[in-house]
Amino acid sequence: MVGIINCGAYIPFWRLSRRALRDGLTGEKAIAGFDEDSITMAVAATLDCLNGIDRQAVDGLFFSSTTSPYKEKLGATIVATAADLRRDIITADFSNSLRAGTISLRAAIDAVKSGSAKQVLVVAADCRLGAPGSNWESSLGDGAAAFLIGASEVIAEVEAIHSICNEMMDIWRTEDDRFMRSSDSRFVASEGYSRVSREAIAGILKSSNLKAEDFNKAVFGLPDSKAQVALAKAMGFDVKTHLQDSLSSWVGDTGAAYSFILLQAALENAKENDRVLWLNYGNGSDAISLRVTDRIINWPKKKVISRYFESKNTIEDYRVYARWRGLLPSERPSPCLGIAAPPALWREVEGNIRLYGVKCNVCHTIQYPPQAVCTKCHAKDQFEKVRLSDKKGRLVTYSIDYVNWSLEMPTITAVVNFEGGGRIQCLMSEAKGEELKLDMPVTMSFRKLDFREGINIYSWKCIPARY
Amino acid sequence: MENIKDKVAIIGMGCTKFGELWNKGPYDLIVDACYEAFDDAGIESKDIQAAWFASLVSGFTGSRLSNALKLEYKPITRVENFCSGGLHALSNACYAVASGFCDIALACGVEKLKDRASGFAMVNPEPMDSSKVIPETPPANMFAQIAISYFQRHGWDIEEGRRVLAQISVKSHHNGTLSPKAHLQHEIRVEDVLKAPMIVYPLGLYDCCGLSDGAAAAIITRADIAKDFRNDYVLIKGFGFCSGAGQALLQDDYDFLHIPENIAAARVAYEQAGIKEPREEINIAQVHDCFSIHELILYEELGFSPKGKAKEDVEAGTFALDGDLPVNTDGGLKCFGHPLSATGLRMTYEIYKQLQENTGPRQVKNARIGLVHNAGGMIGSFNASVAIFGKRD
Repeated sequence: MVGIINCGAYIPFWRLSRRALRDGLTGEKAIAGFDEDSITMAVAATLDCLNGIDRQAVDGLFFSSTTSPYKEKLGATIVATAADLRRDIITADFSNSLRAGTISLRAAIDAVKSGSAKQVLVVAADCRLGAPGSNWESSLGDGAAAFLIGASEVIAEVEAIHSICNEMMDIWRTEDDRFMRSSDSRFVASEGYSRVSREAIAGILKSSNLKAEDFNKAVFGLPDSKAQVALAKAMGFDVKTHLQDSLSSWVGDTGAAYSFILLQAALENAKENDRVLWLNYGNGSDAISLRVTDRIINWPKKKVISRYFESKNTIEDYRVYARWRGLLPSERPSPCLGIAAPPALWREVEGNIRLYGVKCNVCHTIQYPPQAVCTKCHAKDQFEKVRLSDKKGRLVTYSIDYVNWSLEMPTITAVVNFEGGGRIQCLMSEAKGEELKLDMPVTMSFRKLDFREGINIYSWKCIPARY
Repeated sequence: MENIKDKVAIIGMGCTKFGELWNKGPYDLIVDACYEAFDDAGIESKDIQAAWFASLVSGFTGSRLSNALKLEYKPITRVENFCSGGLHALSNACYAVASGFCDIALACGVEKLKDRASGFAMVNPEPMDSSKVIPETPPANMFAQIAISYFQRHGWDIEEGRRVLAQISVKSHHNGTLSPKAHLQHEIRVEDVLKAPMIVYPLGLYDCCGLSDGAAAAIITRADIAKDFRNDYVLIKGFGFCSGAGQALLQDDYDFLHIPENIAAARVAYEQAGIKEPREEINIAQVHDCFSIHELILYEELGFSPKGKAKEDVEAGTFALDGDLPVNTDGGLKCFGHPLSATGLRMTYEIYKQLQENTGPRQVKNARIGLVHNAGGMIGSFNASVAIFGKRD
């Protein structure tokens, strides 16, 4: 029985009030912070998915996004390394389509079925940019979600998949485009997602010998609420009882991650034996039939998406968002901080990306970053590695910098002690100055520290503990 | 191990005005400081046998100094130890004289910070941080971390802590008004400090020293021949230098209440100088008040106040010009600004002039033993320096 073993999600802490985009708009959309991108969000969702699960047992990681920060260079290797997975795993990026996530899921299922992998983690993340003033700017949101795929202990079995390949210019970006392009919206709807989705659903119903009424839930990864409702009606689903809400009032269309996030929201209140029709669209369509197992009864992630609803800081000022996205020029001085040297990034990958500290075998002192000589007993080269990224921390002291040149003002520096030993000095993200207190609990979060000379510098910051 | 005490003497010093010296380049600053020192010692540049040159951003190699002064084929070494550079140039010159390597040595520190808006921020810790993941924690952040910890672990609210610190800045600004070479020469009130813009919480504008340009220089010779140059030479009584090994961030029990490097450096210097009760035996001190919180904790680290009791001494006026132990009598880094490698020698210049009773309205009476302290670096990796100077008997 191949299917979904576990889910993980990440909806950014930051929300943009749609009023900031245009008078009369309502609701919010989730936006990645200035120090986040599809990679960092994918890491957050991956770690959420692997919480309490043996990471050594994961045989592959597929990263899906239309906004990977690199055109050439795997994002999956960054995510897998930050998640501290094994080195002898299969990694791949799936891109260029909003269907990337479900395509990667199908590949993962095939890998498990063929026996080439026992467990594959598929993670999708996107932060697509609509041109200022466009409808896209209002409808798109940022987020990430991950599924661990395997053949045992699944909460939902993948019963059938039916895919359609459909060539048309409906939504696209060229190599040089920062913003979404799309053709006539009537054309996109009628000849694009409406027709192709129906074709995919008809296909899976036929091949599975099922009818609409055999499904308890319908999850449709179409661009907006209206399209989802229209499809549900057209296919004979009861919108109120069957159709998963679009989350457009607080998240938005999260691109390649959107269908993942919607399915996870639907699984939050799924019951044993529920059958879910899951559809995703993008230059074709994937229709997937899922059957919820009895493992859903004691599944600990019943709030995998909804817990993010209240965990937020809403931005009302468009200028903040515009500066974060580089849409406004800023007077950022050039502090000549130097470029990140690729050899250094490579040799320090365990400390910087895996967030390994070391524990002295002689005096047991945990220290970060990794050392050659023990800070306490001076023993040389007698260390074992300790992963600190998943340790809870406490704030030892902090500062709040009002004159820095960071995009997040003020900038908070923090010193954190880890539960079980070890200390790190790092930046703190997403905190409000007034909530800071000595000894307050924090967790580590993978972030983009900077972008210099074509290199994204990733490492860890701390954030207030929230869940 | 031999002791440097009373082996070498300072026979001449020079110091430029500190400030935003838009019309002075590093060579101008070097020449101004060194020629004042030559005149003060009654020597010429050709008498210099060896030199130590401290600079972080304004000079690579000792040749910068010889180019400025036209020292002809003399041994010159550039010294760099962040904010401690000036005292390290001085100590290297002293050790060279004490060892017999030379009889007349020059120590000079210069920093031209104001040619760049970001001051010294372009100095990257390469190759120790080639991957650029170590968070940029400009100095104000490190000292704000100490202030937060110090306030909260002493049970003070932020307002109370800021009021204690404000009194230190008010004291320094008063001294600065009596100091013609200081950058800032105006009085401030506690209310001014509390109302000033926040720089790095909880440190406001007046809790921070400025960035400025400046240079200072000293001429060193053997104590036994110093009287050939002048009667009121000043003796080296002791040096203490100490570099952190990252302990404060590698070990999770450091509490951000003090800087261990400062304590260790003071211990060594006091031992050399034979000082047992620093509060009683030291008559005047110039300490590294890059931020007001640093001056506060230094009162304790240098043994001027009992641990946790610096506040009482601040409120009693102990460290004011007319107090028991005047500190930063010329206005300190607060009023001079902090051209890193020049600072230690500028502070030494003040002690030298005070011990010669040559500082006019800010003269401290009956000063016989003076102390200079610098610390530069980062939490856990400070390079602390303490020098003790004394009047000749």
